[in-house]
Amino acid sequence: MILINRLTSIADHFKPRFWNAGTSETQGQILFNYRKFWFSSITLRSLVSLVPIAILFMFTYVLENKAIRNENHLHTIRLTSNTRRALTYFFEERLDALKFIVQEEKFESLNNHESLSYILRNLQRGFGGIIDLGVINASGIQTNYAGPFDLKNKDYRNQKWFIGCARNGSYLSDVFLGYRNMPHMIIALKRATPKGSFYILRATLDIKKFVQILSSLELSEKSEAFLCNREGLLQTPSKYYGGLLNKIDWPVPEYSKHTQVLEAVDRSGNPVLIGYAYIENSPYILMLVKRNEVIMQGWYTLRKEINWIFGISVFVTLIVVLGISTFMVNKIYDADQTRLKAMERLEGSSRLISIGRLAAGVAHEINNPLAVIGENAGLIDDMFNLKKEYKDDHQLKELISAVLESVERCGEITRQLLEFARHFEPKIQPLQIGKIISSVLSFLGKEAAYRNIQIHIDIPDDFPVVDSDHGSLQQIFLNLINNAFQAMDKGGRLEIRAEKHAKGSVSISIADNGCGISEEDRQKIFEPFFTTKGLKGGTGLGLSITYGLVRKLRGEISVQSRVGTGTTFTVTLPIKHGGDVKDETLAG
Amino acid sequence: MKLLLVDDEEKFVSRLAERLALRGFDAAWATTADEALAKVGAEKYDIAVLDVKMPSMSGIDLKNRIAQITPGIKFIFITGHGSEQDYDTVCREAVCCIIKPFKIEALVEIIEQALNT
Repeated sequence: MILINRLTSIADHFKPRFWNAGTSETQGQILFNYRKFWFSSITLRSLVSLVPIAILFMFTYVLENKAIRNENHLHTIRLTSNTRRALTYFFEERLDALKFIVQEEKFESLNNHESLSYILRNLQRGFGGIIDLGVINASGIQTNYAGPFDLKNKDYRNQKWFIGCARNGSYLSDVFLGYRNMPHMIIALKRATPKGSFYILRATLDIKKFVQILSSLELSEKSEAFLCNREGLLQTPSKYYGGLLNKIDWPVPEYSKHTQVLEAVDRSGNPVLIGYAYIENSPYILMLVKRNEVIMQGWYTLRKEINWIFGISVFVTLIVVLGISTFMVNKIYDADQTRLKAMERLEGSSRLISIGRLAAGVAHEINNPLAVIGENAGLIDDMFNLKKEYKDDHQLKELISAVLESVERCGEITRQLLEFARHFEPKIQPLQIGKIISSVLSFLGKEAAYRNIQIHIDIPDDFPVVDSDHGSLQQIFLNLINNAFQAMDKGGRLEIRAEKHAKGSVSISIADNGCGISEEDRQKIFEPFFTTKGLKGGTGLGLSITYGLVRKLRGEISVQSRVGTGTTFTVTLPIKHGGDVKDETLAG
Repeated sequence: MKLLLVDDEEKFVSRLAERLALRGFDAAWATTADEALAKVGAEKYDIAVLDVKMPSMSGIDLKNRIAQITPGIKFIFITGHGSEQDYDTVCREAVCCIIKPFKIEALVEIIEQALNT
C-alpha cells in the first residue's frame, strides 16, 4: 500500500499540467481532449522516428549475420583444404618411400631380417611415423618382419588389405586393430616377382603422426579436426565425439571432389559447422568441426552491441518524443487556459455591464410614469389639504398618502438601481468604504431579514477615505456578501470588519459562520467556473470576477476557512491608488 | 416672480404647475421646446425648470436658447435618469438637478434657494 502510494505521488510529480483537464467534475465543459491529443502525438511521432530505426537495424542484423556466416564458411573450407593437402602429401610421401624401397631393394634383401630392420631404421630416421615393416608372400604369410611386435609367419590371406592390395597393387588401410590388437593403419605395396608370383611390402603407420598434423591446426577451443573413414568411424580420437573407431554423430557426407561445408546437429543438440574433404586414394574423410556457439561468438558480440545501440536509440528517441509532445500539449493547454480565463472575465464583466445598462434604462423609464403618478396624487393631496370639503375625509386622505408613499419607495428603488449601474464605468475617486458597504447591504437587506441573518458592521471612526473605483468595490462586496449568505443557513451571523494597516493599506474582512470550504476547494476557489453550488445554479464566475476586480484595484484577496465553522474573505486595498485603472475588460 | 416648467409629459408638468400655483408661485408650463421658446419670447421668466430629455431638443440645448433670449434666468433640471456624465454636465449648467420622482417640498426649497442667490 505504502509503495503504491509513493509511486502514485511520484507519478503525480511528473504528471503534465493538462492531465486532469476536462476530467474533473467541477469543470463543466471539456474544451479539448488533451490526453488523447498527447497520446496520438506520441504514437505518431514514435512511429515516424522508430520505424526507420527498426528497419535500419533489421537490415544491419541480417547483413551482419550473413557476412559472419559466409566468412566462417570460407575460413572452414580454407582450413580443411589445407589440412587435406598436408595429409595427402603425408600419405603419398610414405607410399613413395615404400615404392622406392621395393624398386631399389632386391627381394632377397627384403626377406632378410637384418636388412629389413636396417631399412626400417632408415625410414624411421628419414620420415618418422613408421612403426614396422613386413614382407608378405602371395599366399598371405608374412615371411619377414621388422618391428616391435612378433608378427612373423602370421597369415593375412583373408585380411581386407591383403586382398585389396593383391588386386590393386597398393593399399592404404583405415585404422583397425589387427593381430596386435592395437589401432593402427597400414600402407601396402605389391611387387611382382620374376617367377610370376608377387609379394607385398607392408608398413604400419603411427596414427600419432596424423593426430599431430591435425592438432597442429590452430583451432579455437571448441573446434576440432579429425579423420573418419567412409563408414563414419573415427580414425583419430576426438575431444567431443568419442575415441577411436567411434561412430560420428551425423551421417557420412556424400562424396565430393572438393572441400565442402555442411551444417549439422550433434548428439547433444549443438548445431555444428562441418568442413569435410575426402582424401584421395584413401578411405579417409577429413572433418573440421566447429561448434556453432564458437562460430557465432563474434556474431553474438556484435549482436549484443547492435542491440545496445538500438535500445539506446529507441530510448533516447522516446524520451525526446515524450518531452516534445508533453511540452507542446502543455503549451497548448496553457494558451487555452489563458484564453479561457480572458474570455470568462470579459464575458462576466460585459454581462454585468449590460445588466447595469438594462437596470438604468428600466429605472429611467419607470421614473417618468412614477413622477406622473406622484404629481397627480400630490395634487389630490394638495386639494385635500387646501379645500374644505375633503378635509375631514380621513379615509381618502389615507389612500392618497399610501399612493404617495409607494411612489416614494419606488423612487428610492430606482435611484439605487441607477446608482448601482452608474458605477460600472471605472473611475478612481476618494471613497468611503462604509457607505459602499451600506449601499450593497441595502440590496441584500430583505434577504437577510427573511433568512434571519444578523449583520454586524465594525468600521472604526478614523477609517480613511480610500482612492478606489466605486463600481468595482460595490461588485466585490456584493459578491463576497452574497457568497457568505449562500454559505449560511437561517440564523447565520455575518461580520464585516474594516481595519487600517500601517503600510498605507486597509483591509475589509467579511466573515460568515457558514459551512466553510475544504482545503482542496480553497485552492481552486478563485478559478473561473469553479463552483460548489453545482446543480443549484452557480456559474463559478463570482469569485473569479471578484479576484480580478481586486487585482485591478491593486489589492489582494485571501481566504481563511474551516469546514463547519465558517469562512473569512479578506480584501486588502491601498489607500492611495496612484494612477488610473488599467482595464481592458471593462472598456467594452 | 415667474416660473416656466418644461416637460414632454403633459400630465406631469400641468399638475406640477397647478401644485406650485397652490403654493403661491406663478408657474407657466410647456410640453415642447418650441412652445417653451414662444413663451420665453412673450414674457420674462425668472426661473426655468427643464426636463433633460425631451423629443426634438435636449434640455441642455433648450437651456442655451432660453439663456440667449432671457439673460439672467436661472435653471433647474429635472431628469428621470442620468448617466454619470449626463448628470455631472447637467448639474454644472444649472442651479441644481433633481431626479424624478421628487417631493414637491424639495423642488420648492430649491426654487427658493435659487431666488435668494
